[in-house]
Amino acid sequence: MRIEVAGENALILYLGEHGEPGVANRVEQASRLLKQELGEKLIDLVPSYASVLLIFDMFRCDHLDVRRGIRKVMANLSDESSEQGRIVTLPVYYGTDSGEDLEQLARNAKLTIDEVIQIHQAGEYRVYAIGFAPGFAYLGDVDERIAAPRLSTPRQRVPRGAVAIADRQTAIYPAVSPGGWNLIGRCPQRMFDPDAQPTMPVEVGDRVRFEAISRNDFFELGGSLDDA
Amino acid sequence: MTHNNAQTQGFRVRQPGLMTLIQDAGRFGKHGIGLTCGGPLDAEAFSWANRLCDNSTDVTALEVSFGGLILEAQINTRIAVTGAELPLSINGQAKEQWRSHAINAGDVIELGYATAGCRAYLAVAGGFHIEHSFGSAATVTRESIGGLNGGKLAPNDFLPCTAASANGCLVLPEQHRPTYDKRAHLRVIPGYQKHAFSDLQMARFFSSEYQTTDRSDRMGYRVSGPEIKPSLDGILSEGICHGAIQVPADGQPIILLNDRQTIGGYPKLGSMLSLDTAKLAQMTPGATLTFEAITIDDAHNLHLLTQRRNAVIEPLAC
Repeated sequence: MRIEVAGENALILYLGEHGEPGVANRVEQASRLLKQELGEKLIDLVPSYASVLLIFDMFRCDHLDVRRGIRKVMANLSDESSEQGRIVTLPVYYGTDSGEDLEQLARNAKLTIDEVIQIHQAGEYRVYAIGFAPGFAYLGDVDERIAAPRLSTPRQRVPRGAVAIADRQTAIYPAVSPGGWNLIGRCPQRMFDPDAQPTMPVEVGDRVRFEAISRNDFFELGGSLDDA
Repeated sequence: MTHNNAQTQGFRVRQPGLMTLIQDAGRFGKHGIGLTCGGPLDAEAFSWANRLCDNSTDVTALEVSFGGLILEAQINTRIAVTGAELPLSINGQAKEQWRSHAINAGDVIELGYATAGCRAYLAVAGGFHIEHSFGSAATVTRESIGGLNGGKLAPNDFLPCTAASANGCLVLPEQHRPTYDKRAHLRVIPGYQKHAFSDLQMARFFSSEYQTTDRSDRMGYRVSGPEIKPSLDGILSEGICHGAIQVPADGQPIILLNDRQTIGGYPKLGSMLSLDTAKLAQMTPGATLTFEAITIDDAHNLHLLTQRRNAVIEPLAC
């Protein structure tokens, strides 16, 4: 464990050097306990792969208070994997018409398109972090056989619902945005809906599984292949 | 607090200006779903606009970047304009900033283009009544969240508010008003990956002059000057706080502001004091910056002193 100053009212707690499930367990546990321990002193908290950023109210407490809170929580952290995270299954229509990079990714991986789909949906992925854009969840780890580097030229417009791979991470674009990940399919379910409760189907610490659906099911579930 | 949309009194936007945004103090506690803070880039000028309207300091007002805003009042109330220096007129008559003015239905309020600084704030007595999204009215255009529809003001937009008395105008005495210069000395709390920057790199950053560039917006200000090279190219993505100074491969630092991404993977040498990001955000391209390292304890002291000083400054009746 290491604590660094991040800013005038922020400390960052490092719980490991790599994003791996053991570290992610500690991130998830520490985030939950720190919220309880610090209560009103905390303005916001950002869990990520191996760190937790704590933004505190400097008119209620100082960084020494927050450090004390962190130490107290860390002393009570258990080594066991917490089974707090839920398992969320998300439908995906994989195809060359829904995933523009599926063919190229399969070719580079020396696999068939069906094998890529099979490998992607066989995995159980952890929500390591949420950020980049509202509702963008970083999921990992993708099987090494289908890991693929980011595109050398990012797209100006990635459609909403695009299911994508970058290195050993996978994600669903919650809204139209620029992006450089490899697109392999589309999810008909909204990943970020300001009018829904909850706003997102997943949170940090949850596990995600993908379930391949047909083109017809995709449309029936409200999916669209228009980029609008 | 969510307000009723059906309200019919307020201001009509005749000309929206280059970038006018509805802002309150900001959106907090929503990083968990990837939402950034938004809020006024210059919190001091924003607070004063509200105080001069006898509002609490976090009430919904307008951030007018660069100027060019024309509003038509359909209500009797009071307004105040603070921040960047710009020509302010009501029905064509020049008016003073940093004081509130009585407004009658039919009045036309015009903010010209900024001559010093670039963020002006227009507040109205009681605040604009804008429905909250995720607990705040703050507009973040990158996320299409907040304000009227997630974007900047457009012609014919309607800004609802409640009628207020013409009495009770306030003025901030001149000696308390900030000035907006083309030079600033900005304070930075080293942190995050500071160990990835050698003593030489840190000394270069803190002893050199940097210029503001046109690659600057509400997400962040990119500055240009001597290259700073960290020993790391990238890091595991992690949370980014207000004012964080990230250094991408080209060695030109970016100071991250209100609309920053909540997580990112560039090495950061520390973060700027928010009292000073407010000054930075008032600067146009070509301004000269120098940086000074302070501790987090210094930062807390500076905030408490500022809070204390602001509490004892009383605006005068006018």
